Amino acid sequence: MAHPHKSETPQAYEAEETQLKDRLAFVDKYPSAARISRLSLGVSFTALTIGALLGIVQALHRTNVFRFIDSADYYSVLTGHGVLLALFFTIFFLTGIFTWGTSRSLGRELHSPRFSLAWFLLMLSGAVMTATAIFGGLVGQIPFSADVLYTFYAPLEAHPLFYAGLAAWLVGTWLAGADWLRSYYHWRQDNPDERIPLQMFMIMTTMLMWYIATLGVAVEVLFFLLPLSLGLIQSVDPLLTRTLFWFFGHPVVYFWLMPAYFAWYTVLPKLSGGRLFSDPLARVVFILFLILSTPVGFHHQYADPGVPEGFKFIAMTNTMFLLLPSFLTAFTVVASMEYGARQRGGSGYLGWLKALPWGNPAFAGCALAGMMFAAGGFSGIVNAGMNINSLVHNTLWVPGHFHLTVGTASALTMMAISYWLYPQITGKRLQFYGVAQAQPYVWFIGMGLMSNAMHRAGLAGVPRRTAEPQYQQFDFVPALGSMSEMRLQIALGGTLLTLGAVMFVTVMLGTWFAERGRGRLRVDSHLPEPISGATDSPRVLDNVKLWFAIAVVLVAIAYGFPIYSMVADGVFTPAAPPFPA
Amino acid sequence: MHVHRFERLWLVGALTLIVLFIGTVTYGAVGAGYGMVDATGGQVDPTNTTASENFREPGVYEGSEPGHYDVYVEAKQFLFVPGTSSPIRVPANSTVTFHVTSADVMHGFEVVGTNINTMAVPGQVATVTAEFDEPGEYGLVCNEYCGSGHHTMAGTLSVVPESQYNGTSTANTTSTANTTSTANTTSTANTTSAANTTSTANTTSAANTTTEVN
Repeated sequence: MAHPHKSETPQAYEAEETQLKDRLAFVDKYPSAARISRLSLGVSFTALTIGALLGIVQALHRTNVFRFIDSADYYSVLTGHGVLLALFFTIFFLTGIFTWGTSRSLGRELHSPRFSLAWFLLMLSGAVMTATAIFGGLVGQIPFSADVLYTFYAPLEAHPLFYAGLAAWLVGTWLAGADWLRSYYHWRQDNPDERIPLQMFMIMTTMLMWYIATLGVAVEVLFFLLPLSLGLIQSVDPLLTRTLFWFFGHPVVYFWLMPAYFAWYTVLPKLSGGRLFSDPLARVVFILFLILSTPVGFHHQYADPGVPEGFKFIAMTNTMFLLLPSFLTAFTVVASMEYGARQRGGSGYLGWLKALPWGNPAFAGCALAGMMFAAGGFSGIVNAGMNINSLVHNTLWVPGHFHLTVGTASALTMMAISYWLYPQITGKRLQFYGVAQAQPYVWFIGMGLMSNAMHRAGLAGVPRRTAEPQYQQFDFVPALGSMSEMRLQIALGGTLLTLGAVMFVTVMLGTWFAERGRGRLRVDSHLPEPISGATDSPRVLDNVKLWFAIAVVLVAIAYGFPIYSMVADGVFTPAAPPFPA
Repeated sequence: MHVHRFERLWLVGALTLIVLFIGTVTYGAVGAGYGMVDATGGQVDPTNTTASENFREPGVYEGSEPGHYDVYVEAKQFLFVPGTSSPIRVPANSTVTFHVTSADVMHGFEVVGTNINTMAVPGQVATVTAEFDEPGEYGLVCNEYCGSGHHTMAGTLSVVPESQYNGTSTANTTSTANTTSTANTTSTANTTSAANTTSTANTTSAANTTTEVN
């Protein structure tokens, strides 16, 4: 299906860049950007290692296969798992790959190496503070604790260090975005008439979305939770702080996904042996994410009292339309892969699938992640369905869903792309290649086991976020399968996933310690031009200011009245004092 | 800008699907009459939930129409009152409105295996109405993390045959939602469980709406 039309017969890619530049690794061309990228990925993979080890503790504890911690401590472990993986693993990866993408697509270093290092260090110190507060909860002698989970709903209260760390880390991400945008600004001075390079366009729209979205959590933490934990204020309105959290809490989902989309659009076609199907449609997709990511947060509050049904309905329709960019992505990614497969000699309706490089870990990981994302998308549609959501709200269905999306679409793509990217920013050949080849499949099987069981257990009513989902008062009655079989699949799947994470980290550590310049790198940063390029698309697509303005208006419509009605009766009313007091 | 024919078809298909999804949700709300938890439950003071008219002393009350019941449930670390120490008892063939609030942190109120599933938010009253056609036992679970004892927070909802319910509940109620007229209301959900001292603390002095439950 992915035949290029006549005017766009693929040229030989080799001619598009000079031979010499092609052979140089990214680290040789842009050593300073490569360093920031490496540092970010280093922190990201450290967070992944710790988070994954906490994951197996939970999988075995919940299912009662092996319990070696106290159930009261389960929640510190769960907070660590959520914060380290959802915020630090994913977003330090994002700063790593976006730093690479900015430099690569603009063809220049970031503007000031010192400024780049400053935002990285700010993010790192914030992350360390927050992690300290969380793990302090596991050590009796330390007065810190933050067993408030990743959503830290007030009036549950954590140590001030937890919130202060989050705030510092968040400001770091803002400065990182400013760094990339500043590089773009300087590039624009030198290239007044060129179209924005595709990767830079994706980075810009993603960061603008992030600036809008993080406003909610910044206000929540700085004006309410941090002062509350310091004793400066005595109470908060729990519904208001929860609403501010979800103002941020859904767009952050796209902040996890955008690095994966970025890789699927700009790198995966090359890994498949071809080129991107359409550059303009990639831009359309990212514009849709900028516009629609934030005014959907109330779909996390379908079950909340105090929010009028009409605003839930607006969030529901916006959410459903947010399916569109993902549907478009599914088309483009599959079409680009098919095109690549046919370039490699594949044929037939489905026979071309065999021609894809399934032994290349970077390709296999991205492709398997994309497949699981399709499944996760459909379970997400159930969550988005306002009324059917009542069946699955806060059940194990929900973590079953997001382990397919952030836990596979994002996480597995990030790991897979690292097999391709890390050698380029270190100048070192990937080590333990066989382990890397097997790793995406281990993850895929582990997630298949764990996630299907979680979804079904959720349908039976098994709650999420609990240390012991076994109750004396009643038994769960599953519609499909048995409780013991699901428990077994969750325990086994969780074990395989942790194994998968350890395999990945082994490859990265091996590569880190390998000798530079030994052996051929096997990968390069050159990306072939899309079949349908940016030049034949309307220039309005690049009018980022316009899309940003539309996004702000939609947010105002979705959130203006509900937030006004929550604060109109007093910012701290109804007043709930913190717990533990 | 060239958009491939297949891609155009895909776009139209995707948009159709999206509109259909929105249509099913709209049908559920308008056609099937599924009522969402919304803002109609009003607000309360989380530190004194029964001080305003939006929330009554936790317990089961007869509603304004025959066959309708109101159940006031207070969630707190780590109990449902009523529900945990003794089951919430309602008769079969009834329409039951649950009024749920929290006296401390966020909780969840899930009747296992049903779509009765709401957040219990301090300061807000969630109202969910459901019909119970047949007798049965349901589990209650707190499905939002609420502290170190969260996994112990559960309870039971007993839907008893109408004949048995009449036997144990007091019939002469004239309750309305108005707390000023609760003088002769008896919120006796559980006259059989003498051990329970937390819920329905004052079946005889229901006029006193500010009585502490613990």
